[in-house]
Amino acid sequence: MRALVIALMLAVAGPVVIAPTWAVQPDEILDDPVLETRARALSKEIRCLVCQNESIDSSNADLARDLRILVRERMTAGDSDAEVKAYLVARYGDFVLLEPPVKPSTYLLWFGPALMLLLAAGGVFFFFTRRGTAAAPIPLSAEERKRLEALLDDGAPPGSKDP
Amino acid sequence: MSTYRRLLFLAPVLVFTVVAVYFMWGLVSERDPRAVPSVMIDKPVPEFALPPIEGMDGPGLTSDDLRTGEVTLVNFFASWCLPCRAEHFFLTELAEKYGVRLVGVNYKNDPLDARNFLAELGNPYRQIGADADGRVGIDWGVYGLPESFVVDGAGRIRYRHVGAVDAHTMNEIIRPLSKELAR
Repeated sequence: MRALVIALMLAVAGPVVIAPTWAVQPDEILDDPVLETRARALSKEIRCLVCQNESIDSSNADLARDLRILVRERMTAGDSDAEVKAYLVARYGDFVLLEPPVKPSTYLLWFGPALMLLLAAGGVFFFFTRRGTAAAPIPLSAEERKRLEALLDDGAPPGSKDP
Repeated sequence: MSTYRRLLFLAPVLVFTVVAVYFMWGLVSERDPRAVPSVMIDKPVPEFALPPIEGMDGPGLTSDDLRTGEVTLVNFFASWCLPCRAEHFFLTELAEKYGVRLVGVNYKNDPLDARNFLAELGNPYRQIGADADGRVGIDWGVYGLPESFVVDGAGRIRYRHVGAVDAHTMNEIIRPLSKELAR
């Protein structure tokens, strides 16, 4: 009985969990399947500026739909992927691309983590190799040794050290 | 301990201070982290020719209207945009009290709704263009309403404000900038 219930739940939840999300409406889909596939692939690289962490391919925002249609129009007119991206970047800036371009203003963004890792690794390396040789302990003089013995034995009756 | 060693111990404190100052600035400043800076600043306005709102008189709005030598405030608005209602008061002030040349782009709005909106709140715009499919908005880099652009007399975009125009924006940014550009 339990197995049946679980199987039923998986049957319902499964398709929902593994279904990919996209927001493309039937009226946007191009007739040419090759072009449509290209458009879908490119749309996944373009940020929806309203939601800002979704691509226009999966966002339900109005602007995302407008941009999806625009991408398809430009592609149908013969623009290459790079040209379509350039068209959008000219209007919205680099932020419209989900993957920021590598240029001087984004060097810190792209190489920062690796740089931090190097600095941290360097720091760890220097920390562990800095220990070096500890100076050899100066031997105790005879008087100091006697004081030490007296302190260790002083006042403690035999067998009463531990509570 | 050598001076070099002492300075090395200060390194984590320095890194922390730099990062902490940066975070404090983020918390204290009024910047909106979701605001996308415009890439059209100092560029000429995109070419466009929009008809008037259906059912309203008027010449519509074209890019030529923004090159008359007068500084213009271009406001993208729609009746379905709630902050547009809030900023309407300040736009009216700018147009009527401070003499700023205000024109509007009605973005993706049903004409009847747009006409009702203007009838209800008043029409502070000298000209309005109806951007029914939003393409002109995309050409200007509009990604959310309301947005307002300060355009100089030669038709170059000089400033973009995302969100409703409030008293602070009106007094600290738009009015001084308009005055400066008009010189």
